[in-house]
Amino acid sequence: MTAAVLPRPTATVGLSETLRHSFALAGRAVTKVRKNPESLLDVTLQPIIFLVLFVYLFGGAVGGSTDAYLQVLLPGLMVQNIVFASLGTGMALNTDITKGMFDRFRSMPIARSAPLIGAVLGDIVRFVVTLTVLFVFATIMGFRVQTDPGRFLIAVVLLIAFGLCLCWVSVWVGMLVKSPQAVPGTLVAFMFPLTFGSNAFVPADTLPGWLKAWVDINPVTHLTDAGRGLLLGGEWVGSAAIAFAWAIGIAAVFLPLALRGYRKRLG
Amino acid sequence: MSYAIEAEGLVKRFGSTVALNGVDLAVPTGKVLGVLGPNGAGKTTAVRVLATLLRADEGWARVGGYDVATQQNSVRSLIGLTGQYASIDEDLSGTENLVLLGKLLGLSKANAKARAAELLAKFELTDAAGRAIKTYSGGMRRRADLAASLVGRPDVLYLDEPTTGLDPHSRNEVWSTVRGLVDDGVTVLLTTQYLEEADQLADLITVIDHGKVIASGSPHELKRRTGGQSLQVRPTVAADTAAVATILRDLTGTEPQVDADAGLLSTAVDNPLLLSALVRKLDEAGITADELGLRLPSLDEVFLSLTGRTTPIPEGSPA
Repeated sequence: MTAAVLPRPTATVGLSETLRHSFALAGRAVTKVRKNPESLLDVTLQPIIFLVLFVYLFGGAVGGSTDAYLQVLLPGLMVQNIVFASLGTGMALNTDITKGMFDRFRSMPIARSAPLIGAVLGDIVRFVVTLTVLFVFATIMGFRVQTDPGRFLIAVVLLIAFGLCLCWVSVWVGMLVKSPQAVPGTLVAFMFPLTFGSNAFVPADTLPGWLKAWVDINPVTHLTDAGRGLLLGGEWVGSAAIAFAWAIGIAAVFLPLALRGYRKRLG
Repeated sequence: MSYAIEAEGLVKRFGSTVALNGVDLAVPTGKVLGVLGPNGAGKTTAVRVLATLLRADEGWARVGGYDVATQQNSVRSLIGLTGQYASIDEDLSGTENLVLLGKLLGLSKANAKARAAELLAKFELTDAAGRAIKTYSGGMRRRADLAASLVGRPDVLYLDEPTTGLDPHSRNEVWSTVRGLVDDGVTVLLTTQYLEEADQLADLITVIDHGKVIASGSPHELKRRTGGQSLQVRPTVAADTAAVATILRDLTGTEPQVDADAGLLSTAVDNPLLLSALVRKLDEAGITADELGLRLPSLDEVFLSLTGRTTPIPEGSPA
């Protein structure tokens, strides 16, 4: 026998308990990644493919030279990969629901929101992995940060914060669709215009007016501008503020939608 | 008597489908209630309502005195759930799963590890403790599920079809575990399609069909109430069958059923004294019997007479 003593039942779950439960569940997500490194293929292989493809195929044509293009491309690719990495949250949650993990959690005296918050926090791992792979590979190919480590760190924090807000779109879709595989299918339709309809890959000046109008308001454009400012030098505060406002706005819309979907899905 | 689980008038609709249509349940503390019924009868819906996973449209239910609709967290701290759905993480090992659940229940890391090791030993999973659940066999997997629902030392345990799809050996293991828990004072609500399982484990049985309770009582009561007794004789010499049939007809006034392959004759009786009369008559006629006795109907027969159909027992499952 162990000396384990369980706390007595309480009527509701407090904030500190909610956080403790969420961190325990985020820990689960991290353990899963450690045990199944292949689950990271999408956030490791994909950035490398994009990097090589864009730099060597389009670099000369779009950016004048592959070296010059790599410098402006990397901040944009970082944003794009954060956007794609956020797909994982909805898939993971949908898997948990269809496989019955959520029923296990919901039959326990833990905060209702903890499994959702835990999954979103666990995604920070995927964000860090995808950014690290991208950055290391780009460095090998010749990318150099032209500012300082402080601004580099701000860029990383900004990207992850954006990803954490965007996650809720993925959570919402995860609550709506029947199978985990339907999550990327549904979200790609939203992510392609978001990432490619921006200044991440090409300068916006050559685009037709209607497309340029979208590019100018697209949060990915502003986050890319902020990333370029932070990594290559130049103005970044204004773009970062607009990107951040977008992130907050996305979370403000999709977090409640995701919670509503969660309640509806699970009765 | 105190009741660990009480429910009255539970109604649950999914669109136009009525899954529960006024279900009453009561499980005395420390007893096992077997909820029996065919697929789609509403068994799982009832468990989900009692486990706070679903909200009933009408009626109320209390577990350990707490209302499942308004005091969910208190109910959750008392219950354990093992079923077709309440699952564990296939990517994690047995230990990792149980430690996670222990931590969520407020145990320190050290205590959660100790509790996990204790449960894995109890379920003979110590050797597989470090392996991912997806490498477990069906029986191991079910034991791990059961262990997961016991991390919080529940007072009330829900087992939703705990042995469906298991081989007879694994099924017996699950049964003996359930008996051990009942000895420790745990109240168990068990749903099953297998009448034998209910007969083996349950103190009380509630039969549900089309979202309604159609019978409840002890297994013995149910058998007595619905089927009545039958008198069975298997003559030693098959050639005596016709003579035995005549004796039975004279005694009861009805034609006995003859199972020629098994060499068994049986007839429904309402008076147990007929048994001694039969023994005398057989003795007078000089007929010996290999098998002779009164028996209650099996739960299968009870179920048939209650629902008008046999239970859908899948191929290769325990009969």
